This record gives sequence, C-alpha cells and structure tokens, in this order.
Amino acid sequence: MVATQTHKEQIREAPIQRRDGMILNQLSQGLFALFGLIVVYILGRALFENPGLFMQQVLNGLELGFIYALIALGYTMIYGIVKLINFAHGDVFMVGSFASFYAISILDLHRWPAWIWPGMSSTLVMIIGTITIILISMFVSGLLAVVMERFAYRPLRNKPRIAALITAIGVSFFLEYFGALPFVFTNNYITYDRPFDVTVYSAGEISPVVIGVMWGLLVISLVAYFMLRTQAKSGDMKAQAWLRHPLLQFGWLFGGFFAFVLTLAGIHLESGGKVWDLSVSNVTLVIMGASILLQVLLQFVVTQTQLGKAMRAAAYDKDAARLMGINVDLVIASTFALGGGLAGAAGVLYATAFKQVYYLMGIIPGLKAFVAAVIGGIGSIPGAFLGALIMGQTEVLSAGFISTPMRDAISFSLLIIVLLVWPQGIFGEPPGEKV
Amino acid sequence: MRTRNLLVLVLVGAMLALSACGGGGSKTLKVAILAPLSGNVATFGQSTRDGATLAIEEWNAKGGVLGKQIQPVVEDSQCNAEAAVSAANKVIDQDGVKFIIGEVCSSASIPISEVAMAKGVLQISPTSTNPSVTVGEDGKTKSLIFRACFIDPFQGQVAAKFALEDLKAKTAAVLLDQGNDYVRGLAEFFRDSFEAGGGKVVVWETYTGEDNDFSAILSKVKDANPDILYVPDYYSKVNLIAAQAREKGITATMMGGDGWDSEDLDRTVTDGAYFTNHYSGDDPRPIVQDWIKKYKDKYGSEPDALATLAYDAANILFTAMEKAGTDDPAKVAAAMEGMEFDVVSGHITYDSKHNPVKPAVILQIKDGEIHFVKTIAP
Repeated sequence: MVATQTHKEQIREAPIQRRDGMILNQLSQGLFALFGLIVVYILGRALFENPGLFMQQVLNGLELGFIYALIALGYTMIYGIVKLINFAHGDVFMVGSFASFYAISILDLHRWPAWIWPGMSSTLVMIIGTITIILISMFVSGLLAVVMERFAYRPLRNKPRIAALITAIGVSFFLEYFGALPFVFTNNYITYDRPFDVTVYSAGEISPVVIGVMWGLLVISLVAYFMLRTQAKSGDMKAQAWLRHPLLQFGWLFGGFFAFVLTLAGIHLESGGKVWDLSVSNVTLVIMGASILLQVLLQFVVTQTQLGKAMRAAAYDKDAARLMGINVDLVIASTFALGGGLAGAAGVLYATAFKQVYYLMGIIPGLKAFVAAVIGGIGSIPGAFLGALIMGQTEVLSAGFISTPMRDAISFSLLIIVLLVWPQGIFGEPPGEKV
Repeated sequence: MRTRNLLVLVLVGAMLALSACGGGGSKTLKVAILAPLSGNVATFGQSTRDGATLAIEEWNAKGGVLGKQIQPVVEDSQCNAEAAVSAANKVIDQDGVKFIIGEVCSSASIPISEVAMAKGVLQISPTSTNPSVTVGEDGKTKSLIFRACFIDPFQGQVAAKFALEDLKAKTAAVLLDQGNDYVRGLAEFFRDSFEAGGGKVVVWETYTGEDNDFSAILSKVKDANPDILYVPDYYSKVNLIAAQAREKGITATMMGGDGWDSEDLDRTVTDGAYFTNHYSGDDPRPIVQDWIKKYKDKYGSEPDALATLAYDAANILFTAMEKAGTDDPAKVAAAMEGMEFDVVSGHITYDSKHNPVKPAVILQIKDGEIHFVKTIAP
C-alpha cells in the first residue's frame, strides 16, 4: 500500500519538476489562495452583518445538498463498480419525478389509504401516500436504470471505456428528447402537485421536546461511538463490527442534522435591531430525513449484506469475483437498480421542493451531483454525501452573498479547484468503502 | 415494367405541375403566424395561433382580403432567437410569405424583425413589448415592423404608479431574469418610475433562465421585508418563485406584467397578486363582449390577452391592406401609420415609433379568479 502511494506521488510530481511548470503552478496556487481568501472575507462579513440571514441561507443550502446527495450516490456507485460516468443518471432522476407526477396527478395514488379506510386521519394518509409515491418513483427509475444497463452499457462492457461514456451521453439525449415528444412528457413546464401540503415552521412552532429528542439521539450515538471505539481498540471484535454498523451512523447523522436545523429554526432572538427568526419548511425536513435514511440503508446494503459483499468484490476485481462464483452481471444490474432508485427518490423530493417538472430538469442537478461525487472522491459513498452538501452550500451561499447569476460558475469552478489541489477528491479511494 | 415507370413519371410530373399552379396562382394570400407552440411559454403560442386564426376565418367568410382568401402558415418559433430566425427564413423563402404575425416573446421578435427588414416583409408582433422590436440600434424606426401591444416602459410605469398610489407602497423588491429582454425591460422601467415617484427598491436580484432554486434570493427578500415583490417574468417562472416565496413566509404583495396571463399560472400561490395587462374580459364595450363570445363558441374557453392581441394584430393588418389596396408590404406599412383602429384591446393609433397608443388594465388574482381592478390611460 505504501509502495503504491509513493509511486502515485512520483507520477503526480513528475511534470512539476520542469521549471516553467513550477512557476505556473505556484502562480495558480497563489491565485486560488487569494480567491479563497476573498470568498472567506465576503462570507465572514455577511455572517457578522446579519447572522440570521446567513444561517437561513445555510438551511436553504442543506435542502439542495441533500437532494444532490441522493443523485451523487448513484454516480459514485456506478463509477465504483463499472468505472463508467453515467451521464444519463440526471435523466433517470427526471423520469423519476415524472413517474411521481403521473402517480399523483393522474392516478391519485398519494391518497390510496383513504380509498380503503375513508375514516383514516389525513396526516397518516399523507405520510403513507408520500412514502408510496417515493417507492413508486424509486421502482420506475431503478427499472429504467437496469434496462439502460442491459441494452446500452452491458454490450460495451469489454470495449474501451470511452465507448460506454459516449453511449451514456447518447442515452442521456435519448431520454431527454424522447421525453419531450408530445405523447410522452411533452416539452412544457408542468406544475407539480405535491404529495403533501407545505407547512412552514419557525420559532414557537417547533416543540422543544422534538429538539430535545434529536439532541438526545445525537449524544447517545456519539457516546456509543466513543465507547465502542475504546472497546474496539482493546481488540473486541464485536465492538469493531458494531462501530461500522449503519445504525450508529444513522443515529449521529439523523440526530445531528435535525438537532442543528430544528434548533436554528426554533430559537427567536432580537437584539440591536437584528432579528434571528429562521424558518424551515416540512419539505426541507422530509428531504433531509429521506436522504439520510436512504443513504444509511445504502450503507447497510453495501456493508452488511451478501449483495453488498458481492458488489465490493466486483468493484475490486471483476474477473476474480467471477472466479469466486459471483454473478457479476447480476451484481452490476443491482448496482444500477440501487443507483437509479436513489435518483428516483431524489426526483420526487426535487419536484416537491420546486413544484415544477419538465423534460430537461435532470441536466443541471445531474451535473452538479456529478461534480459533488468528484469533489467527495468518485467511488466513495461518504464522499458523495459530503461533496453534495458542500455543493449545496457553495451554490446557495454564492447566490446569497456573492452573485446570483454567477452561482453556477462558482460551483462548477469548485470542481476545477478540487481537481487541481486534491485530484482524488476528499475521500480518495479508501479500499474498504469502494463500491 | 418500362411502361409502368413511364406512367409513374408522368403522374409525378402532372402532380408537380398542378402543385406549382396552386402555389403560383394568386387566388390565396399567405400570412405567417410565428408563435411558441411548445416550451416554457407554450400556452402563449397556442392562444396567439387561435386568436389570429379566428380573425383569418372571419375575413375569409367575408370574402377575404383584396378579393383573396387568406391562408395561414403556422410555424413553431419556440420563444428563442435561433428557432425564430429559422422559422422566419422558412416562411419567407419557402412559402413566399410577405406578412408575418408574431412572435410572442421580444427576444424572438427582435431577430425576426431583422430578417423581415432585410427581406422586405411586413411584421406585426401581437405581444412583444420590448422597445427594440420596432426601433433599431441606430434609434430609427424599422419601417416595416409594428406591434399591437403597449411597450415595456409604459407597462413598468403603470405598475409602479399603481404600487405607489393605490397600494401605498414605499419599498419594493425586484427579481429578474437578466437574459430575457422582456423581463429586464419591465424591471428596469418599474425601478426607474418607482424611485422617481418616491419609492425605494430595496432588493434588486437577477437570476438565469435555468434556475429553479430561488431560496437564496428569497431569503434576502424576506430579510428586507418590502411592500411589493415585483416579478415581471413569464408564468412558468412565476409559479416557481411564488410557491417558494410563500414557503419563505414572504408577505409582500406580488406584482407582475402581461407574462402572467396564462391558464397555467398557479392561482393558489399567486393569490392576492396584481398584474398589468392589455385587456380585461369585464370590459362592457360590445366589441369586447362579442369577441369573448366568438372565442368561447369556437375554443370553449375565455380568451386571454395573448389571443386577443393576436386577433387585434391580424385585424389591424388586414384592415390596413384593404385601405392600401395592395399586398405590397411597404405600401401597407405606410397606410397603417396613418390609420386609427377600433379593436378589442382599445382605440389604437400608431406613434412615430410604430407603438400603439392605448391604455393598460390592472388585474388581481383572488380566490382562483382574475378580477378587473382599474384602467390606467397613457
């Protein structure tokens, strides 16, 4: 392992030994440092001038970030296993939101429990209906991803990698413009009916008990983590296994994010003309909850199940995995199904947040999620998650405090910066997490 | 075998000759309707086509224009410059059209006007409100280009005047798509008139046409807490912005322009908002009520301003052709300049810049219905 790392570094170091290259490199690094300092200064000033507005923007960014996370997970999983950047992934996301649009507006499926038990409380109907809608979209998108893999990518698996990449671009265009046909999705902007009604919570409307429970969850998971770690260090195998268990991860992720968001929105302060009065909508909370839950479920599948083990094996070495009796084709198809399913869930959440669907809606979120996956280290699941949160914040904070029209330029230039200073992404390619 | 080939050849030849006769014969007069029939403002295009078609059918029933039946040539120009230019070239070069009704969007009408001027074709845009549709960069009026609607400066002024005088607003936030000539025009003229009248624009934020997430800008609006939120974009963007503004808890009164006039405007999230428009169905003038009835009979729904202006544009064009007594675009343009028209959207005369002089109406969205509030004359 050490040997390969030094080898890699030598390769990376090699061109820098040329003199002109060195000067240019230093110059660009200096420029980036300057750029970074200016950004930090602008954001810092905004934070001090109006902390309430700044934190509201952070909350806005979380909503976007969690949606990107679900899409980015698909990119990263598929890349991890077949080394393919699936550019059609954003369009799978689009198909997912249309699937939910039809399920809601035409089939009325978000109210199905009320058909069976008309007396059911409307809140319960809403919850079950929303979950149903998400599951339908996940199924449709997962199926689409599997079909796509079977017909477009599998025949090219042993061909040069560029062939599959170009095919992916072709599949992406096909899905977009097939969707634009008048008898498919049409090329109009369609208003989306949400599966549930929007409520906005601000200070006073969030029960302190809920906030307390979230903090409790966070504290318990952290305490459990540190206790397990000390035990694991002393060689307890069981503790080591529990330390990696997704349940623990769910505890601190869910508890941590909800405690953070609900606390920010739950307090009301007024001093010296400045008001701290943040609000958070149930859409944001649903997006956060669903995204964390699905992320942890994915981790569970990857680390705790037979399928996950097969996926990791196939990602590591397809031929060896096949020799060990693993059905690699099936494993790859399931990876596409999982990735597509997550994109479908993201599609429902995105359409619910923005209340509009159209045939090109997958392009920009898809590209941003791709950038997020690269920033986090493509192939790494926690990396995709973290990268997506960084993308969400970059986008909203640059729209809020630097320049709205420039926000996409700024978030995409983040990709260039990360690739220059950190070519492997934040989480690199840790072998254990690779899928 | 040989004889069969020969027969086919003769038949094809005969068909070609026949079709050439049909095209070359001057029994019909071709008029192009260029409108966005698909995309993010599809309802505008469909209304425009329906309105203009109704006018053409009426003239044809009366015996046509200059004794010829009018034949509409409809093309989808998609509200964007490239598609609009290729549609304009197609109707002029392939179909031999000398008169164009369209486009809806200013950013498509401006490039079409350049093609039309270069090829000597008369264009009348029903609804493009940006000043540069009829006036070139050199400040000279484009001799063959007209419009049937008032222009952005007037609409922006009317909105600002209404906000200041009737809504007693002191502060306003303006959100605009910087890449759209129409939206930018309205926003800038609103800002100038609002500030000239003593108001203050506290938030001025631009976005791009691809944006879906407005949370960052709207948080700033919420923080500034203005009286008015002016969003002069098309309905598809307004739906997005209004829904998100609601969720952010923004209480400012929303206002917009004629881009809001669509069946697809989400009337629950824009409840209580005002917008400026070209006409109101509540107007008691007989010509208005007659038009609404005719439209309802044919299409089964109330005409929006887009359909009305397209109907007006077609009527203005055909009336001027009758007056000129010829289908030479230059002579028709000269006749149009000096005429007065009584059409559905009001009494129209043309000023030196080919803009109609006519009043605007303010409408309010309330409980899912659109109500007439008042008329503001120039």
